[in-house]
Amino acid sequence: MVSVSDIASSGTDMTRPGAQIALPVLSVSNLSKTFGGARALRGVSFKVLPGEVHGLLGKNGSGKSTLVKILAGFHAPDAGGGLEFNGETVTLPLKPGDYRRLGMSFVHQNLGLVPSLTVLENLRLVQLTTAKSAFINWPAERAAARAALTRFGLDFDPEQRVDKLTPVERALLAIVRAFEEIEAARAITGKPGLVLLDEPTPFLPAEGVAKLFALVRSIAALGSSVIFISHDIDEVMEITDHITVLRDGEVAGELVTAKATHAQIVEMIVGRHIAASAPRAAIIDRPVFARVENLAGKLLEPSELDVGKGEILGLTGLIGSGYEEVPYLLFGARPCRSGAIAIEGGTRIELSSLDPKGAIDRGFALLPGDRQGASGVDSLPIVDNMFLPDVSRFFKAGRMQNGAMVREAHALGTAFEVRPNDPGLKLSALSGGNAQKVLIARWMNRSPALLLLDEPTQGVDVGTREQIFAALRKAAAEGMSVICASSDAEQLAEICDRVLVFAKGRICNQLSGADVTKDGIAEACYASVSLSGAAHTTPSASVAS
Amino acid sequence: MTDISKPAAASAPINYTRLFERVALLIVWALLIGLFTALLPKSFLNWGNFSIMFASYAPAALLALAIIVPLTAGDYDLSVGATLTLSASMIGVLNVWYDIPIGLVLLIVLATSVVVGLVHALFIIYFRVPSLVVTLGTTSVMSGIVQWMTNSSTIGGIDNALINAVVGYRLFGIPYAFYYALVAAVIMWYVFDYTPLGRRLLFVGRGREVARLNGIAVNRVRLGALLMSAVLSACAGILYAGVLGSADPYSGLNYLLPAFAAAFLGATTIQPGDSTPGVPSWPSTSSPPALPVYP
Repeated sequence: MVSVSDIASSGTDMTRPGAQIALPVLSVSNLSKTFGGARALRGVSFKVLPGEVHGLLGKNGSGKSTLVKILAGFHAPDAGGGLEFNGETVTLPLKPGDYRRLGMSFVHQNLGLVPSLTVLENLRLVQLTTAKSAFINWPAERAAARAALTRFGLDFDPEQRVDKLTPVERALLAIVRAFEEIEAARAITGKPGLVLLDEPTPFLPAEGVAKLFALVRSIAALGSSVIFISHDIDEVMEITDHITVLRDGEVAGELVTAKATHAQIVEMIVGRHIAASAPRAAIIDRPVFARVENLAGKLLEPSELDVGKGEILGLTGLIGSGYEEVPYLLFGARPCRSGAIAIEGGTRIELSSLDPKGAIDRGFALLPGDRQGASGVDSLPIVDNMFLPDVSRFFKAGRMQNGAMVREAHALGTAFEVRPNDPGLKLSALSGGNAQKVLIARWMNRSPALLLLDEPTQGVDVGTREQIFAALRKAAAEGMSVICASSDAEQLAEICDRVLVFAKGRICNQLSGADVTKDGIAEACYASVSLSGAAHTTPSASVAS
Repeated sequence: MTDISKPAAASAPINYTRLFERVALLIVWALLIGLFTALLPKSFLNWGNFSIMFASYAPAALLALAIIVPLTAGDYDLSVGATLTLSASMIGVLNVWYDIPIGLVLLIVLATSVVVGLVHALFIIYFRVPSLVVTLGTTSVMSGIVQWMTNSSTIGGIDNALINAVVGYRLFGIPYAFYYALVAAVIMWYVFDYTPLGRRLLFVGRGREVARLNGIAVNRVRLGALLMSAVLSACAGILYAGVLGSADPYSGLNYLLPAFAAAFLGATTIQPGDSTPGVPSWPSTSSPPALPVYP
C-alpha cells in the first residue's frame, strides 16, 4: 500500500523533464469526428503518462464528450486517427466494451450504480454477473469487496444499500469500482490502466471533493492513470499533473499544471480572439416586470433578481451552480426552500404556494430542458401536444372541436415553420428542432407575460435556433419578459439583454449591454469559480444597476 | 409552396399494414365464428345462442372498460375482478339473507365501490405504493371479506326485478345486459375522444411530468380514474348477479384476465404499431400501454 503523501513525488517524477520517458498509457493521435457536416473533433492528439492525473478541459461543445464517447466505443471516429494503449496500437473504431479489455474504465456523472443493491453487489457487479461458476462464493466476494474498500481507507459496510449512502460515498464507491475493474485487467496484461472521471465533483460539498481527490491520488500512486474532466479550474489545478484544453474540437493547448496559472487556463478555454460582436443597443431602462426575492432551491442559495418588461434575461454558470433551477422554482414546478415573486409591483406571491396550474393562470409559461420527459409526449399527436394547456378552449357544444383544433394547429405550425406541418403526426415523427418549435408554439400562442426557458435550443440545429431566437425577440419586443437558463454562452450572447452568472448557488456577476458577448459570458463563468469565495459581494442584481 | 390551406394527412399514402393491424382482430373473430359454424352448424349459428353470448359477456365487457380508465391514466387496477365478486356477493347477502330492498342494496354496493376506489387512491397516490402491489393486495382483502360474508356458499334467490332488468327483458331478442355494456362503451368513447378530460387522462398516463407542468391536476385525475374503475367494476358485479340470478363467491376472479386481454387487444387494434414488434412498450416504462383505447 502506498500512502497519499508518496504520490506527489512519484507523480511528478514521471513528468519531470529529463526523467526517463515512460511509455504513455494512452496516446491519441490525430483523432477527428464529423457529425453530418459539423466537425466535433479535429486532429486531436494527446498523451497520458502512467501514474499521472491528466486534466481534460473545455467549454460545452468543445469536443470533450465526443472524445469520451469515442474512447468508450460509442462513436466511431473518422478515418486517419490513431490510438495506442500502453504502446499497443488499438484498431479503431473501438467496439463497445473494448475499453474494459484494454484496462480503461469510466465514471460518468450519473455514476452507474444500482441504488437498490448493496455496496458489495455494486462493487462486484461484473464478477457476480459474469462468473462462469455455478454458484456464488459469497464469503470470497465479501472479502474481495472489503479488501477493495480498505485499500482506499473507506469504511462502508458492504451490506449497506447504495441508496442509503451519501452522494460523496456513492461517488467514491463508483471510483473504487472503476479502479477495481482496471486492476482486474492489469492482473492479466500486467500494464497500467486508466480511469476516466467525467465531472464527478459539481454536486459534491468541499470536504467530499477532498476525499475524492485523496482517492484519485492513491490510484495514481499505484501506477495507473486518471483522466479528470471538470469545469472547475481550481480543482483541476489542485489535482492534475498535466492539462489538455480542447476548444472548438481542437487541442487549444497543453500545460504542465505546476507551471500554469488560473488566468492562462481560462484564456486557453475561452480563446483569445474577442469576436467583433454586433453593436448592441444601449442598455434600455425598462420598467421592472417581476421582482424575485430570497429565492432558494436545492443548490441555489437565497438570491434576488428581477426581470424588466420585454427583457430577455439570461442565467448561466458552471454545472451545479444553481442557475438551472430558477425557471422551475419560479413556475412552482419544484419545491423551493424560500422565495417570493411580485409582478409589476403587485402583491408578493409566496413561491411555496405556487403550483404549475397557478403559474399558468398568472400568465407564466415554462419550457423545460428535458423535452421528452417533461415538455412533450412523443407518442401523442402534435396537435394534442400543442394545445395541452388549452384543451378546454376547444370544448364547445358538448364535444371537442377536433377539426377546429387541427386547423388551428396547422396555422400555428405554419407560423412557427414546423416541418412537416401535419398536426396529426405523433410528436416523435419530428426532428428535435421541429419538436421544440411545436412546444415553443404551445406557449407563445398563449402570449405569456413571463416565459421561463431551460436550455431552449439543446439538440436543436442551427437553422431552427435562429427561428426560435427570432420568435423570442419578436415576442419580447411586444412586451413579453423572458428568463432563459442556459449553459450555452453563444446562445445567451445572441438573445439576452442581460446575463446573470451564478457560482456555488449565488449570483456572482452581471453582464449587460456591450459586455454580453460569447467570450465575455464564458470568461465570467470560469472567473466565477475563483470569485465564488467572495460571492457575497453582489448577491442581488437588478435591471437598473 | 405547399398548399397550407389543406389540413394535413389527406395526402399520406394508405398504409396497408396499419390497416390490416386495425382489422386483424375482427378478421380473427369472423374466422372463429366461421369455424364453429362449420363444426356445429345447427347449434352455433342461431340468434338464441348469440343473444345468450352477448348477455353473458356483458359483465366481462364492463370489467374491461373499468380497467381501461386507470390504465389510460397510468395505473393498473388488478382488483376489478375482486370488486365485481364483492359487489355480487353483497347483493346476495343483503338482498337474500337480510331482505333489504334491491334498490337500496344497489346503492350500498355502489357506495362500497367508492370506498374501494378511495382506499386504492390513498395507497397509490398518497403513499406512492405501486398500483400493481396495492390492487393485488386489495384483491386478497376483498376475496377474504367475500368468503367471510357468504360463508363460502353460493346465494340464490336474488330479487327478480334485478334479474329481469339484466337478462329478463329483451330488445331485438338480446337481453338488456348487452345494451348496458354498449351504453357504457359509447359514453367512454365520447369521454376519451370528445372531452378535455379524455385528453388529460391520456397525458397523465403517457407523460405524468408533462401533464403536471402543463397545469393538469395529475393526482385528481388519477383519483377520478381509480374511483371510476371501482364503480364500473361494481356495475359489472351487479350485471353478474343479474345474469346468474345468484351470488357466486368464487367465479368472479376468472373474469380478470379476459378483461385485461380485452383491454390490451383493444389497445393494439385501435392504436396499432405503438410498440416495436416483439417489444411491448409498457413494461419498460413502468407506465401502462398505449391508449386511447376505445371499447
